[in-house]
Amino acid sequence: MSAASVIGPESNIRWNSPARGPVGMYCLIAAETAIFVIFVVAYVFYIGKSLSGPQPHDVLKVPVFLTVCLLSSSLTIHLAVRFLREGRVGSFALWWLLTIILGAIFLGGTFLEWRHLIYDEGLTIQTNLFGTTYYSLVGLHAFHVTVGLLALLTVMIFTFRGDVRMQHAGRAEVLSMYWHFVDVVWVVVFTVVYIVGR
Amino acid sequence: MPAESIALPLTDTARPFTSRLHQWVTTVDHKRLGLLYIGFALLFLVLGGVEATIMRIQLIRPLNNFVSPQVFNRMFTMHGTTMIFFVAMPLVFGFANYLVPLMIGARDMAFPRLNAFSFWMTAFGGLLLYFSFVGGDGLYGGGGAPDVGWFAYAPLTAQTFSPGHSTDFWTLSLLVSGIGSIGTAINIITTIFCMRCKGMVLGKMPLLAWLNLTMAGLVVLAVSPLTAAQLMLLVDRYMGGHFFDTQAGGSAVMWMHFFWVFGHPEVYVLVIPAFAFASEIIPVFSRKAIFGYPIMVAATVCIGFISMSVWAHHMFTVGMSSNANTFFVLSTMAIAVPTGIKIFNWLATIWGGQITFKTPMLFCIGFLFQFLIAGLTGIMLGAAPFDWQLTASYFVVAHFHYVIVGAILFTAFAAFYYWFPKMSGRMYNETLGKWHFWLFIIGFHLTFDFMHVPGLLGMPRRIYTYEPGRGWDIWNVIVTIGTFFQAAAVLIFLGNLIWSYFRGKVAGSDPWDAWTLEWSTTSPPPEYNFATIPEVKSRRPLWDLKHPEDPDWQYE
Amino acid sequence: MQHSTLRFVATICTLEGITWADTVPFLSPTTIFAPTSTPAQSIFDLSLFVMEVTGAIFAVVFSLLVYSVVKFRKKGAADGPEPAQVYGSSQLELAWTVIPVLIVVVLFLASARVIASIQNAVRPADAIEVTVVGHQFWWEYRYPKLGVVTANELHIPVSDPAHPTPTFLTLLSADTDHSFWVPRLAGKTDLIPNHPNSMWVDPHETGLYLGQCAQYCGTQHALMLLRVYVDSREDFDRWIQQQSKPAHASTTVSEGQKIFEQTACINCHAVAGTVANGRFGPDLTHLMSRQTIASGASKNTIGNLIAWIYNPDVLKPGSKMPAMGLSVQQSAEVAAYLATLR
Repeated sequence: MSAASVIGPESNIRWNSPARGPVGMYCLIAAETAIFVIFVVAYVFYIGKSLSGPQPHDVLKVPVFLTVCLLSSSLTIHLAVRFLREGRVGSFALWWLLTIILGAIFLGGTFLEWRHLIYDEGLTIQTNLFGTTYYSLVGLHAFHVTVGLLALLTVMIFTFRGDVRMQHAGRAEVLSMYWHFVDVVWVVVFTVVYIVGR
Repeated sequence: MPAESIALPLTDTARPFTSRLHQWVTTVDHKRLGLLYIGFALLFLVLGGVEATIMRIQLIRPLNNFVSPQVFNRMFTMHGTTMIFFVAMPLVFGFANYLVPLMIGARDMAFPRLNAFSFWMTAFGGLLLYFSFVGGDGLYGGGGAPDVGWFAYAPLTAQTFSPGHSTDFWTLSLLVSGIGSIGTAINIITTIFCMRCKGMVLGKMPLLAWLNLTMAGLVVLAVSPLTAAQLMLLVDRYMGGHFFDTQAGGSAVMWMHFFWVFGHPEVYVLVIPAFAFASEIIPVFSRKAIFGYPIMVAATVCIGFISMSVWAHHMFTVGMSSNANTFFVLSTMAIAVPTGIKIFNWLATIWGGQITFKTPMLFCIGFLFQFLIAGLTGIMLGAAPFDWQLTASYFVVAHFHYVIVGAILFTAFAAFYYWFPKMSGRMYNETLGKWHFWLFIIGFHLTFDFMHVPGLLGMPRRIYTYEPGRGWDIWNVIVTIGTFFQAAAVLIFLGNLIWSYFRGKVAGSDPWDAWTLEWSTTSPPPEYNFATIPEVKSRRPLWDLKHPEDPDWQYE
Repeated sequence: MQHSTLRFVATICTLEGITWADTVPFLSPTTIFAPTSTPAQSIFDLSLFVMEVTGAIFAVVFSLLVYSVVKFRKKGAADGPEPAQVYGSSQLELAWTVIPVLIVVVLFLASARVIASIQNAVRPADAIEVTVVGHQFWWEYRYPKLGVVTANELHIPVSDPAHPTPTFLTLLSADTDHSFWVPRLAGKTDLIPNHPNSMWVDPHETGLYLGQCAQYCGTQHALMLLRVYVDSREDFDRWIQQQSKPAHASTTVSEGQKIFEQTACINCHAVAGTVANGRFGPDLTHLMSRQTIASGASKNTIGNLIAWIYNPDVLKPGSKMPAMGLSVQQSAEVAAYLATLR
């Protein structure tokens, strides 16, 4: 049986396989979802169980502005990818940059919130169960935002160097899937931490 | 051998050694990475076996002092961690890497660079774990290897009860290799969905591909909870967190839930590829198609789903409510149904066939008997009140070794012998293979059949010694003796691999007269696998070619 | 005495001290197949049923496997025709799905019944209540209603099946996870910090029942042994009476007592009626009423006591009691004092 043999007569069937990028990204999203589920379960289980120290309703302020920024960035990245698919690289660059700015505002705001909680309210990861679970869950999400931002920045640099073209729209779309995932996670984290848990 | 074939370095004397080494270290080819995984696994199999032997010598008689309790506790921790994460998982990923693209008519995995990255993460994790023997305070005789058991229950892993770095070696090495596992799983899933050759709809894939797809799905969903729990443990140990800090109101039981949400699907990650090997090898040596292909697929997918709902059967004694215990009895018993269906289908495959007893088939037959027994002791453990006596004793140790050695390692040996000709281009020595089989199966049964008895007589697990007069003594002697048979058998196996690689008969592309695509290319395959991507019409494309008057696609 | 002589003596005491002469039913004093208490009995009955079912399954499938492997060996020419290719059979698949489902349902119902009967048992008002606190590597027992605190050897009254007087155990832990397993009395239940558990036993026969910790808890998990004395009602009441009294006080304060009370011993150990009220280690008030020390690791003899006090690592390496830096002579004096704590 030589390597060159073809099995059976050549047929005319249509054969379309899914693209690799989106399938791989869905798998990654599934894995990351599983990690977040565990942290959310821990957070929910420990609601009200701290033996001492600041409680959520004492110190947490609902981050409406930051949430609006982050969720809007899903819209901006969606538009950016659509423009790239149409070949409008300039518009793509603009909306991509907007996405990065909105994500950076979110991270900056989180940093400020934490600074307030640590220095003004005395809530650290060591303080009590609330501190441990809060910083871990929000921190895990912020870490994912950071990684996403670094990836987006890398693409931004490629764009400014003129290396990004219409045929890269598929890859930009895969990256945007990750970004949408990060936003969906924020919806869950926001609900659990700032609404249910307070 | 064609010039483009991936001849392994030792026979390719044309290029200098450093160049060949560089090629192996930087390879992204799925076949080489598969062989790297498998070689890595064999090395750690020997290390894990040494750890087991040390334990068995210590336990050969009561109140023995061959090793101190501190050393013994490190041995059982390292043995379990090594065998699961650095032997069984790499074997699974190695064979999947090598075989899946070939069997679906692809040239490589979907993400070759991710493939390489994942392997090296796993390798680094293994090295990190073993560095623990000399790192930390290892060199001062203290021994820094972890000693908290392979499931590292809280709060034993807290800084208070495990000072120093031994627990951190456990945590970090598994965190790192876990990333590698998830990477490979993503690769397998994407490869199977996106790179099948023309005509190979999902319903015409070899069963090995289906089962590895299920396994990869489980890895993606199940390894992440372990990663999450380990991150939490690091927060506790180094950032003053309280996830599992019972003094601060934290829950030790929560660690157990998170761990076993990983731990139970993990054993299915290990056993489902074992099923895959059996499902490919048994038909070829019975000369019959696998019986009930669609049911085998459905049963496997069912097992995958149900396996995510049984985890707390490892926790029947922790004080869950009677309702919770009852639920987990139900889900655990339920998973026995699709598992039993598979055994019946293999039996039906053999039935009416023409069996040749070559070494791969011998190991598969051993697998069938042993997996039956392992499943039945699993049912005993699934009956929660019975489990209240049997768990944490040598009965459950015997049960899970029956699965991991009796089912998984046996089919892994079968896979080694079956695909060795394809991977190396040479036949293994059949006489040595049979010596391996018989020595190993005798040793296996000496050790693991009789190991059930001390459990029934009240001997807990993870004890470095035991009192005389409990009625456990003679059984421990027999169990230890079996170890040496198995060790001898494994040495013969390794010798056979090496000898045959250099001196074995040339195998040709299809020594077994088999039916799946990997046998249509040379042995070993060229780097590009197939000169022309094949097109298939049935589940057994080579059967169709060899039997044009009676092709499979007329019956499927 | 020289150090090496002491080691030798301790070793001898250890060896001779731990060969139990109790009658050994069914090959082992810790077999799960000789229950003498209702929970263990219920489990035993279920286990017989489960093993009968799985045994039957084994017999059938094993025979089929053996038959097929023997009957369908390849005979004849190496390249003869292939056998008939059979791809599947819906009826067979249905049969070997339905039958296992029925078996599973039966086994599930049988298990569910026993789970309920054991876990949801009603605690009668006159049940004996014991709080068990697991430590690395010993057992603390408190009888809150009877005012007794002791360690390592549990005494409970026998229970007449006609008028049961069960003992309910509340299981707590002071440090890591442990598990209380005395196979002839009940299945095991874990002791987990911050997670109180409950179990009960109602032994029908008096005697000494053995077991040990069944959840890995650290270095000396293996020698965290259990000794449960099931006494007649009279003996139990007498034992309670004795244990409730403060420590036997001698007329003069011995040298050993002086050392005991001026060294850090009293920080970990309690002796009721004296200044010693430490909670970290076992209560020693009635140490001499126990047959073993170090949670069953060694027989309670003067030689073992001296060895233990001098250097616990000799008898139980890795135990949490540190060597207190006493000389052999001092250790002997402390042991002599402890020997008065009946």
